[in-house]
Amino acid sequence: MSESYKRLHAIGAEFDSAYAIYHAAEKVRDSGYTNWDCHTPFPVHGMDKAMGMRKSWLSAFIFCCGLTGFITGLLLVTVTSYGLYPTIVNGKPNDWSHGMGALQFFFPVMYELTILFSAFGAVFGMIIRNGLPKFNHPLFNWSRFAKVTDDKFFIIIESSDPLFSETKTKAFLDSLGGKHITPVFDHE
Amino acid sequence: MADIAQQNSGDECAVVLHCPPELKKIPLVNHDRSLNWITENVASICEEKTRKYWWIAFLIFCPIALLVPTLLSYQVANGVGVWGENQPFGWAWDITNFVFWIGIGHAGTLISAILFLTRQKWRTSINRAAEAMTLFAVMCAALYPGFHVGRFWKAWYLFPIPNHMAIWQNYRSPLLWDVFAVSTYFTVSVLFWYVGLIPDLATLRDRAKSKIKQWGYGLAALGWRGGNRHWQHYEMAYLILAGLSTPLVLSVHSIVSFDFATSVIPGWHTTIFPPYFVAGAIFGGFAMVLTLMLPARLFYPQLDDMITRNHVDKMAKIILLTGSIVGYAYLMELFVGLVYSGNFYEYNAFLNRATGWYYWHYIAMMTCNVVIPQFFWSKRIRHNYIWVFVICQFVNAGMWYERFVIIGTTLAQDFLPSSWGHYTPSWVEVFTFIGTFGMFTTLFLIFMRFLPMITIFEVKGVIPAADPHHKPDHSHGDKAAQPKEAAVH
Repeated sequence: MSESYKRLHAIGAEFDSAYAIYHAAEKVRDSGYTNWDCHTPFPVHGMDKAMGMRKSWLSAFIFCCGLTGFITGLLLVTVTSYGLYPTIVNGKPNDWSHGMGALQFFFPVMYELTILFSAFGAVFGMIIRNGLPKFNHPLFNWSRFAKVTDDKFFIIIESSDPLFSETKTKAFLDSLGGKHITPVFDHE
Repeated sequence: MADIAQQNSGDECAVVLHCPPELKKIPLVNHDRSLNWITENVASICEEKTRKYWWIAFLIFCPIALLVPTLLSYQVANGVGVWGENQPFGWAWDITNFVFWIGIGHAGTLISAILFLTRQKWRTSINRAAEAMTLFAVMCAALYPGFHVGRFWKAWYLFPIPNHMAIWQNYRSPLLWDVFAVSTYFTVSVLFWYVGLIPDLATLRDRAKSKIKQWGYGLAALGWRGGNRHWQHYEMAYLILAGLSTPLVLSVHSIVSFDFATSVIPGWHTTIFPPYFVAGAIFGGFAMVLTLMLPARLFYPQLDDMITRNHVDKMAKIILLTGSIVGYAYLMELFVGLVYSGNFYEYNAFLNRATGWYYWHYIAMMTCNVVIPQFFWSKRIRHNYIWVFVICQFVNAGMWYERFVIIGTTLAQDFLPSSWGHYTPSWVEVFTFIGTFGMFTTLFLIFMRFLPMITIFEVKGVIPAADPHHKPDHSHGDKAAQPKEAAVH
């Protein structure tokens, strides 16, 4: 039992520039791989296209959050000011019978809550969608990968990809000009 | 056009000879720095041994900051009467300071959100520090209304929390709008700042040598790996946060101005307030950004290549623009009050503002905010850091005077001369205000020490090497000094 079981997670290749990884990514996309990713120190402009990715749907989620915020704001002000604790200020109407005519003064609260909920949606939506926080990931076992937050660029093709083959994928990454092509295992 | 084509072809010598300087693109990062150079020089600020002058600054400002909890405790123990406010001065230094600090925050959000939406890439090297400044300024601001309620332990009545008396807030009140606006503003600013920090925290995590740092930065970085499938959602979230912060920042100071504008006091009851307040906030905020960034640049000379002369120049231009808008608002206000309104009380309010008891505040405001920033028309002054710093101090002071002029002079002399009254700040108020400066600076010093002052990943994104269509030329790396660059300036 001394030898622990190691499962191949992915094969990674290192690139030196945004130019190199951009053109390599186009070739990976064209060769039909699906479970792969480009890791870069900064978002490379146009990389979504080079990887054949569609627009992020996060915006739709944030819109729903904003709508929730707006409705929460509307209910908060109307339920309390029209129902639970009606206040008459300067003789202004305080019930639904005046319809929208009584709502203008409540608008700032609804507006701020719309923004607040949308912002929470944007941040937590992004974090959850990206599967974060994830403090332990096979990629962190690869010592060179630490340079991804500095000045190196990596293409990682995962073993779960239908086209994945240890030898062929390695050769393919090599043909793209990748350096330090390394198998990444689940456990160090 | 041939010259520009030549520039793209890489024949740089030819460009210097033929391309007129005004057509030459000013680089956002000087000296053609590499990705690694940016990482090293920003991250090293948090990694190196604490410098002596950091400790000196910290030991000066931290005791000043302690004035805030001390004097606020004194105020809570003795009642709000220890401040100098009394009828007719229900609001005085406290609300002046509240508006002053919250206004300073606005420049941070402007840089991070509005300049992002308008694709002003030069913002990348100043946005982190400016956002941090926003947070600390809003913290200082929020103290004032919180403690001005008198019984601080009941400040939670400001929020819609069900209570034993079954009383709910009056949502028609601008003061309650303020509660929602300022708390939303603070929360969204924290979120925006944190989202921007995640990739840089990952950089610090990957460089950390000690276990504590690895854990600390690692936990905060959430396990960021920089995959493009993450960046895609990250960029969308960032874009939308910028889109949300833009109307938010405009609404916050508009709502702060509604505190005054929706009242019936002559001098406050004007429709010009929201745009006038927002312009003033950006004006004062940029002065504070420069007040912080110019010394930071002095202490960390490596930042020179990222916060360039060009950045300082652009910020000075924004100060000039917003200062002129503010100047226009002052004059328009005078015109409406003295000439156009035909209202006796309005007329008196503005006459008293300019010539009444507090006339010297008005003169200080006009001089600091309208006259002195006009020096920024001169390129030589915009390019002289000492001048820029000095002018920014006038702007900082001027914006405080503006808020006092609006609040103080209006309340001192309103409708009936029998209810007029003078105001003198108490020592508690004076030292609390001084304390907020200590608190603001201390927090900023701590931020500088532990977090990257410059957004590393965004600055990397604006250098030529980040362009995926820019074929790297390995023949040149970092150029310590380029004669070409020197020739341009």
